[in-house]
Amino acid sequence: MNNVKLLKKLILTSLLMFAFAFALVPLYDVFCDITGLNGKPNMEQAKVSANSDESRSVRVTFITHAQAGAPFKVKAKRYSVDVSPGEMERIEFIAQNLSSSDKIMQAVPSVAPGRAAKYLHKVSCFCFNQQPLTSKGSADLPLLFYLDETLPNDIHEVTLSYTIYDITADVKGKVASNSNSDGELTNENSI
Amino acid sequence: MRLVKLSLWLLLSFPFLAVGTSQYNLPVGVTDISRDVYELHMTIFYICCVIGLIVFAIMFWAIIHHRKSKGAVPAQFHESTKVEILWTAIPFVILIAMAVPATKTLIAMEDTTKADLTIKVTGSQWKWHYEYLDHDVSFYSVLSTPREQITNQDEKTETYLLDVDKPLIIPKGKKVRFLMTSDDVIHSWWVPEFAVKKDANPGFINEAWTRVNETGIYRGQCAELCGKDHGFMPVVVEVKEPAEFDQWLANAQLEKAQAAAAEKASLDLTLSKDELMTLGEQVYMANCAACHQPTGMGLPGVFPALKDSPIALGDVKAHIGIVVHGKPATAMQGYSKMLSLKELAAVVTYERNAWGNNTGDLVQPSDIQESMGEAQ
Amino acid sequence: MTTIAESHHHHHAPTGIKRWLFTTNHKDIGTLYLLFALLMFLTGGAMALVIRAELFQPGLQFVEPHFFNQMTTVHGLIMVFGAVMPAFTGLANWMIPMMIGAPDMALPRMNNWSFWILPFAFFILLMSLFMEGGGPAFGWTFYAPLSTTYSNDNTALFVFAVHIMGISSIMGAINVIVTIVNMRAPGMTYMKLPLFVWTWLITAFLLIAVMPVLAGAVTMVLTDKYFGTDFFNAAGGGDPVMFQHIFWFFGHPEVYIMILPAFGVISTIIPTFSRKKLFGYASMVYATASIAFLSFIVWAHHMFTTGMPLAGELFFMYSTMLISVPTGVKVFNWVATMWRGSISFEVPMLFSIAFIVLFTLGGFSGLMLAITPVDFQYHDTYFVVAHFHYVLVTGAVFSIMAGAYYWLPKWTGNMYHIGLAKAHFWLSLISVNILFFPMHFVGLAGMPRRIPDYALQFADFNALISIGGFAFGLSQLLFVAVVYKCAKGGQKVPAKVWDGAEGLEWEVDSPAPYHTFSEPPEVK
Repeated sequence: MNNVKLLKKLILTSLLMFAFAFALVPLYDVFCDITGLNGKPNMEQAKVSANSDESRSVRVTFITHAQAGAPFKVKAKRYSVDVSPGEMERIEFIAQNLSSSDKIMQAVPSVAPGRAAKYLHKVSCFCFNQQPLTSKGSADLPLLFYLDETLPNDIHEVTLSYTIYDITADVKGKVASNSNSDGELTNENSI
Repeated sequence: MRLVKLSLWLLLSFPFLAVGTSQYNLPVGVTDISRDVYELHMTIFYICCVIGLIVFAIMFWAIIHHRKSKGAVPAQFHESTKVEILWTAIPFVILIAMAVPATKTLIAMEDTTKADLTIKVTGSQWKWHYEYLDHDVSFYSVLSTPREQITNQDEKTETYLLDVDKPLIIPKGKKVRFLMTSDDVIHSWWVPEFAVKKDANPGFINEAWTRVNETGIYRGQCAELCGKDHGFMPVVVEVKEPAEFDQWLANAQLEKAQAAAAEKASLDLTLSKDELMTLGEQVYMANCAACHQPTGMGLPGVFPALKDSPIALGDVKAHIGIVVHGKPATAMQGYSKMLSLKELAAVVTYERNAWGNNTGDLVQPSDIQESMGEAQ
Repeated sequence: MTTIAESHHHHHAPTGIKRWLFTTNHKDIGTLYLLFALLMFLTGGAMALVIRAELFQPGLQFVEPHFFNQMTTVHGLIMVFGAVMPAFTGLANWMIPMMIGAPDMALPRMNNWSFWILPFAFFILLMSLFMEGGGPAFGWTFYAPLSTTYSNDNTALFVFAVHIMGISSIMGAINVIVTIVNMRAPGMTYMKLPLFVWTWLITAFLLIAVMPVLAGAVTMVLTDKYFGTDFFNAAGGGDPVMFQHIFWFFGHPEVYIMILPAFGVISTIIPTFSRKKLFGYASMVYATASIAFLSFIVWAHHMFTTGMPLAGELFFMYSTMLISVPTGVKVFNWVATMWRGSISFEVPMLFSIAFIVLFTLGGFSGLMLAITPVDFQYHDTYFVVAHFHYVLVTGAVFSIMAGAYYWLPKWTGNMYHIGLAKAHFWLSLISVNILFFPMHFVGLAGMPRRIPDYALQFADFNALISIGGFAFGLSQLLFVAVVYKCAKGGQKVPAKVWDGAEGLEWEVDSPAPYHTFSEPPEVK
């Protein structure tokens, strides 16, 4: 093989590996889905469950965590429920905007233990969408979920945690940045 | 040559000497798990020592006896499939011997089921927050070593950098489950005596658990680089007898109710400028000075200055809003959970009137309340 | 180093600064790499001394915590990307063509580029320390979101610098591969390649595989911070832990990138001074290849505490433990090479023996770190700091020193001052152990990494560590003196500097002529 040919191949390999770094992002998600690596439950709407396993009872606990700088107070009306795998349950959350301006909130779910994540199916969840809340306003946000019947027998307790983010600036920023992104880009180029 | 032997001897005996004095070894700890971990650590350590001794003994034998200066003539061999297979296989066996106890301990460590008590642990720059989930008690736990000790103006006390204002309290002999999360960057909650170390990741929860066999006070530190004051966010856990723990918990709930009542009462207060400035300075030094600096100058490029800043000189409501709710995606967190209305009012007043920020604005607890939404 | 040029005149070769700027000669570029690495080693070392000065006593004495974090970060980056990697690339440039009987590297102009972009990368990195808010303070591992949302604009400079370093290493690696594949002298089959060439060939493939992944990781950090992407931001559906997976997918092979060439150097030196052929050549090659392969499936052992399912923890524990098998084979082979040899203790051999002992110590602590349940205790403590300094300083750096003392006479034509070199060795050996050995104990006792101040029970050992640190740092000035004196002059050496040495590089004159093997040698 001559030098140029080999050089081209090797450059191509390194470019492919660069692309592979970005391919790791979706691969990671797939990997997490299979193994429950990061406790991130499925964000897609699940189908309604067909039947349930009444012989078992699993305690599901709901906690929320407003991230630093997110002026929200979100709380489940019930701290925990006992459900049988397959049984559908509806939980109401109350969300309040504590600030005196309109805000957009995003809830990000996380499940402990992580391997339970893939067995938690959400038929509807306020975390699927961004939730706008008016100044000082509040809203009732429902969660409709069930646990898969194939939930491993040694899991007796599942904690579903929502981290609450204030994404007002991001959402508005993305709309606004189209108009002033030129300025940002020149900043970048000057470095 | 003698020097080599001597240094080698020192080198090999040093670990045993140091490990012998347990202060410089892993702590045995006060949980079953930590004992297992300690045993595992020592087992592997000894295995490594034995392998090392054998290999180095052979090497130094060669170094001493197969020297050119002693007239050694080189042998001609340079491979032996038998020997090579043997020393590939033996390590395998040793590894399996190590992996078995390690796997057992690991499985025990990861079993978080059937906990008696669940505590949510939240890391933030640079303090811990504890929430007793089923008991409606929560508080921040902040380094309480005085700044003068850190800057070498005062004598350092025995628990230097390992003291907090409010330690986490847990009952002895009960399975306590920790749910870890973070408010900003990644932190890691670690108590060596429990053999518990788990990262607190923003946006996710992690689980860990412990069951402590002995009462006492146990100290650890944040183990994941989390910014400027990573070295200044200790973890302190006090383990009490279950009865004492219950009493403490009841007290804490009572105190919470009293604090709420005090908050309500403070709404009617109108504090004088002197009162606000004195209290404000205390609160500022304890909570704000780490970033914004005692001089209010901040650290340029990292933490903004408050002196002459548009926020401290501008709209009072916006200023209160940032102190109360924080600023998203920055190190500036909201202090509504951490400070009382009175303290918040005082610190905002202080920031608007200290260091030549002479706005003359006085902020009262009721002003804070207005920004905060409904009472907590 | 001017002796090289003077000894062989080439009328077309420019002189002065232009010679070095435009050179495409593998020996010149090798020299540039090595000198640059030395400069960076001293720079990064100076930062380490700032760290050790601050940690000499509890309390804050000299620097602010924020600056302390910048020091730990930039020290790490400079030592990894500025000192160890360029030093090995320098050795590769100098030695690979001479070892395989090639006249030069296969792609000489690219070779010039891959070196000359490097100073700019480090200039940018170092200058970022002077910007408002200071330089990178998020650790050399730049975990998100500390390096994205919570950092100032130094992130942009950091990312740009890392990109340049990455491009430089990739170009260097491509050159090494093309050279080894295409430029071997007739008869130099793969299984006759000197082991240093073999280890570099495998290292080069590792570089091509993982440096682009690092480039990807820093690009994601950049877009997260400035262009609104959410790779590592949970609010937008990302995951900060994913950063660590991507980083360590690069990071663990990176560790072997820094140690495999070291194995090559040691495998070259030990037989020379044992006057005996290397034991188990083939198994050395296979061991190197299997270490390289395993390095891709162990990355998550750096992140056991991030919260992983049990199965994951077990997998990464077992795979990591496996690495000790091929590594053990290497150590056994070196010992077997020395066994019944005719050993003498020239300076390169002293460094190599120290390498074997101390690297193995680092290997043992590595094995201990692999055991997940105990790793929870060791993780992010000084035990880890002790571990990777044993493998990187008494491992990689000692092997570079050994290599330098081994080939310096070949490069300059002069023997160095042996007394000074031995003094350098003994001072380094003693001080490096005072420096790093007690770190094991403060780590076990519970001292976390990357803290500017510590609790009182760690005070005695930290004082000792700092003394060792300053002693080790100052000892390295002796190395500078030895190299400088050797380049200026000294006792002339024959072509075959060491009586037990084997290989094509010893068949050319000392100093090595500016052009060697213009006619390929015949390899039997």
